[in-house]
Amino acid sequence: MTARWNHRTRWTRAALAGAVALALALAVTGCADELDPSAGGAGDGVRGPVTVFAAASLTESFTRLGTEFETAHPGTTVTFSFAGSSALATQVNQGAPADVFAAASPATMRAVTDAGNADGSPVTFARNQLVIAVPKGNPRSVSGLADLARSGTKVALCAPQVPCGAAARTALDAAGVPLTPVTLEQDVKGALSKVRLGEVDAALVYRTDATAAASEVDAVEFPESAEAVNDYPIVVLRQAGNPAAAREFVAYVRSDRGRAALSAAGFQPPRA
Amino acid sequence: MPVALLVPAGLGLIFLVLPLAGLLAHTPWATLPQRLAAPGVLTALRLSLLTATVATLVCVVLGVPLAWLLARVEFPGRRLVRALVTVPLVLPPVVGGVALLLVFGRRGLLGGWLDATFGITLPFTTAGVVLAEAFVAMPFLVIAVEGALRGADTRYEEAAATLGAGRWTAFTHVTLPLVAPGVAAGAVLCWARALGEFGATITFAGNFPGRTQTMPLAVYLALETDLEAAIVLSLVLLTVSVAILAGLRDKWTAGP
Repeated sequence: MTARWNHRTRWTRAALAGAVALALALAVTGCADELDPSAGGAGDGVRGPVTVFAAASLTESFTRLGTEFETAHPGTTVTFSFAGSSALATQVNQGAPADVFAAASPATMRAVTDAGNADGSPVTFARNQLVIAVPKGNPRSVSGLADLARSGTKVALCAPQVPCGAAARTALDAAGVPLTPVTLEQDVKGALSKVRLGEVDAALVYRTDATAAASEVDAVEFPESAEAVNDYPIVVLRQAGNPAAAREFVAYVRSDRGRAALSAAGFQPPRA
Repeated sequence: MPVALLVPAGLGLIFLVLPLAGLLAHTPWATLPQRLAAPGVLTALRLSLLTATVATLVCVVLGVPLAWLLARVEFPGRRLVRALVTVPLVLPPVVGGVALLLVFGRRGLLGGWLDATFGITLPFTTAGVVLAEAFVAMPFLVIAVEGALRGADTRYEEAAATLGAGRWTAFTHVTLPLVAPGVAAGAVLCWARALGEFGATITFAGNFPGRTQTMPLAVYLALETDLEAAIVLSLVLLTVSVAILAGLRDKWTAGP
């Protein structure tokens, strides 16, 4: 819930940047595949810490990708800060020491690009869709959005300020369902945890979050979620202390191995 | 004056005041009136003041007797009880919120019974906000009042007893007036803590405008999209709490 990142001083960042520049200068080969999305290994000159700010819904898939990336590129360490995309965008714009930003919606990414804090333009690496998360066994027999508006049914949504809340609003409007939730959570994990704790009967969360909690919740698909598909953009940040490794990480996320990990988590590939 | 004390004292002061100055420096003064009139600001402020005040009342009613018990009654395990009372002080509020859910939630130890018997559910209600705030704020009151009781001269109570006063009469007519400034100081601390409560509230009571969205929650959510709105909300909370605390301080807790 609260964001966390490595606090590095200007000095160590400068030293790191210097070291990376030196390593790059010394490495005469292996630079060509740096921006190739299919590059999955052999990162010459790529080392040191990479700090990734990623949407809460990426927690499971990116944690796994981070470990794989560290194995593929010995000498690198990936640190994550998972939180609501908008909170992360605010932190990035306030100068948080992040190398990569992965958001759950183009709108939150725009906050960072508009502020001039992106290095290059963001690319979409995955798409996500909403499902209705209900307690295991679906005790209230929820089969669609209309069931959520029944009296006595407690529903948690994300706050409209965060991407999952905006998507939920779009889907509910598309379905024409007038729903009053009991709570508007600050990120998707908060909404999901209210279902896991049994405090609400249902929550609108991403399919990936329901997949990650499959032992505790069931996911009910509903047609209107097609109206609210979220694109997930990723970008290297201007303030990156380790831009080379940051680019390599972005390439890794977009590689076949990255795609596989993301689709296992329930993400859909970006539109071709 | 020793420099070894003055320098760190000055640094400490700057450290505490500078962030507030930052807040003021970034306040959008030009659009302040419109932002203050934005829907939701007054609702959140009203809810915050209401819940913090009710939570403080709950803390006084339950906390003063608890402080009396700890200060005046010898019983086995008193040290353990005192340690338990201070647990919410060190517990991360979010954990406190989860703990409250496990007890007062729909599937909680007491919450399940409350729901089945009386149809009362506390999470996502204003009462739930009061509960969360009282949980984190009560230790402040208990510690302050216990300290005042320990500092108070017990001979007055003994004198009251020799004149035939029972323990209850002695407590209400002698002890309580004696420690009133301590109770007031504790209540003010308690109220301030309740007003700023975030973690336990959002975890236990959720976030819904008008019902459970207090000022700190509104600030956090405004931060998601609109830094200036968050600054304005923070400024409102800061102004109101400083004004009230300063007013109370002059009245009851004036120092030497």
